[in-house]
Amino acid sequence: MWRDAGLVAAKDLRVELRSRVATNQVVPFAVLVLILFAFALDPDRGILGRAAAGLFWVTVLFSAVLAIQRSFAIEADDDARDSLRLSGLDGAGIFLGKAAAVALELLMLEAVLAVGVVVLYDVSLHDAALLVLVCLLATVGIAASGIVYGVVAAGLRVSDTLLPLLVLPVLAPVLLAATRASEAALATVPGDAWPWVRLLAVFATIYTVFGVVAFGPLLEEA
Amino acid sequence: MGLIVRFRSAVSLLGRFPALAGVDLDVGAGEVVLLHGPNGAGKTTLLRACAGLVAIGAGEAQVLGHDLRRDRRGVRRRVGLLGHASGLYDDLTVEDNLRFAARAAGHPAAAADSAMTRLGLDGRLRQVRVGRLSAGQRRRTAIASVVARRPELWLLDEPHAGLDAAGRDLLDALVAEAVADGATVVLASHERERADGLATRRLLVAGGRVVDGLLRGDQADGPAKQAEHVA
Amino acid sequence: MTTASRATRILGVATLASLALTAWLALVVSPADVNQGDAVRLLYLHAPTAWLAMYLSFGVTTLASILYLWPRTRSRLWDLVAGASAEVGVLFIGLTLAVGSIWGRTTWGVWWTWDARLTSTAVLFVLYLGYLAVRRVPADPLVRSRRAAIVALAAFIDVPIVHLAVEWWRTLHQPATIFDERRLLDPRIHGTMLWTLLLSVVAFTLLYAWLLIHRVRLARLEELVDDRELADALAERRAEGAAATSVPDEVPGLVPERSGAGVD
Repeated sequence: MWRDAGLVAAKDLRVELRSRVATNQVVPFAVLVLILFAFALDPDRGILGRAAAGLFWVTVLFSAVLAIQRSFAIEADDDARDSLRLSGLDGAGIFLGKAAAVALELLMLEAVLAVGVVVLYDVSLHDAALLVLVCLLATVGIAASGIVYGVVAAGLRVSDTLLPLLVLPVLAPVLLAATRASEAALATVPGDAWPWVRLLAVFATIYTVFGVVAFGPLLEEA
Repeated sequence: MGLIVRFRSAVSLLGRFPALAGVDLDVGAGEVVLLHGPNGAGKTTLLRACAGLVAIGAGEAQVLGHDLRRDRRGVRRRVGLLGHASGLYDDLTVEDNLRFAARAAGHPAAAADSAMTRLGLDGRLRQVRVGRLSAGQRRRTAIASVVARRPELWLLDEPHAGLDAAGRDLLDALVAEAVADGATVVLASHERERADGLATRRLLVAGGRVVDGLLRGDQADGPAKQAEHVA
Repeated sequence: MTTASRATRILGVATLASLALTAWLALVVSPADVNQGDAVRLLYLHAPTAWLAMYLSFGVTTLASILYLWPRTRSRLWDLVAGASAEVGVLFIGLTLAVGSIWGRTTWGVWWTWDARLTSTAVLFVLYLGYLAVRRVPADPLVRSRRAAIVALAAFIDVPIVHLAVEWWRTLHQPATIFDERRLLDPRIHGTMLWTLLLSVVAFTLLYAWLLIHRVRLARLEELVDDRELADALAERRAEGAAATSVPDEVPGLVPERSGAGVD
């Protein structure tokens, strides 16, 4: 399973490296969203600074939907899904590989966005280690649940509209927890981040396990 | 030697459409079976079913000893399907694609290298992205990905389509080599003259069924001898 | 052809009767609340639908989905029950949110507040709308059922997480007056109000059962139609085969080309 996961993750990342969709399209999209929020919320009223953590995570969520769609779109190239199934790769391995690739892409995106938020919204970092931990756990949860729902929607004509509808409600608690914990890290709102961090860890674990079990059967049918 | 493929009254539904409406088929080891018939008869579905890609709704279906009704996944590593779509990643190079295909099937990357050489995909061509290749080159790459997997059962859907004369000769040679190495081949083709030369048996597929698909007792042991004609 | 039967007629009568009794008790007999006035009567509508939606309907959906996926108990029936229960559940949640909103307006003066209960309920609503969307997707029916079942499980797993997260986040809603474990033996609501509430729960449960049975039967009838069409399709396909074998295939045009779902 791990070997298969490594193969698939490497393949997905290599595709990204060659096609540069994440760097050329998703990252600019995310930065654009940050800028649009500034238009909507009027920088002079001090809202941006206080809302920074929430806006960051909302942007990450929307970008994640794009990243997940992309992860399955490459398989649709000349029906590579068939060859993915034919490859004999373990379903659980494919899941872990794809989730890992998406998670890595999202982490890089978050790094860029964090810089963007600090610069554009004028916030200061209070506890960087906490923020990194929050990003890691939240991202794993987002990637895992995203790949599960991604395969449910994959290959359907309506996949582009179905995926956000399925995955975003599920990610609501992640948004909640990540925002609250990030706020503590940014010191915009003082508070105890640890219950939220635990929630993120639980979510990530549950959906990773669920994905390992359910992905194979879900990939089966055309 | 048992049968490589054994179908009895196999029914397969695509949505509500019965693509396979009760297939009876035997394929013995070392055979080269040619499937022909009108468009829409179910040849592609039958090949995909042998690859374990399609669910069998009723009847019996066994390939390489695997019961397809219980577990379709186990058989996939052992078969190689060459379909209409190439199943390749457009953004990756020829080399990337083939290395991935080989390693996914459990073979070392060297298997990919030898497949590329065999199919004439040499030198600079290896670093070209599949999306930029010509149709013929894509086809060769697709064939190479099957060769790199070293399958026991080859399933070829219109394999000669998209290839020039040299390519077709190469394909025929590959099929002969595969059979000589102990593989079994089932192919679907509209090109009667070319395929006839390769095939040990010709079967008509129509209306989701195979005509005369079963082997008599003595035939089940015989095909290895018939294959000698081909090679 | 109808989805009614003797059993459902009896059930229907019982449902109507209990609903009528509940309405009478709720609107006439039971006292108005000291603080909230007559608005508290909405409780008898709001609380049972909330309970039914969240626990019963979606619990049934989850259980039926598991039974559908489990090889030993796999049967079309479970898939239909899961879908029907989710539909009724979504209906009840919509009702819960609407009534809760009205109640909030009359009691607290706002249509909506972001307190824990309401928020989790809203997320639950959208979660199961997503599930229903998967059920309606244009795809192979068996594929669709299987995916829907797995989505139901994923949604169910998410429910406690959503509850927990939102609960930590907000705590405005009235603490559970009946189904709070600590208070199980000492309900805060006394006398007539308590009985009315319990009766309304019974009434709505009967309503749920009645709706579920009819919906499942309706789905069954739809399947029967599909099966008949399938049998016809199978016969046609074989006839096509017979026609083709009696004609050598070098003669094109005599065998009609059949295009269907990307076959060959």
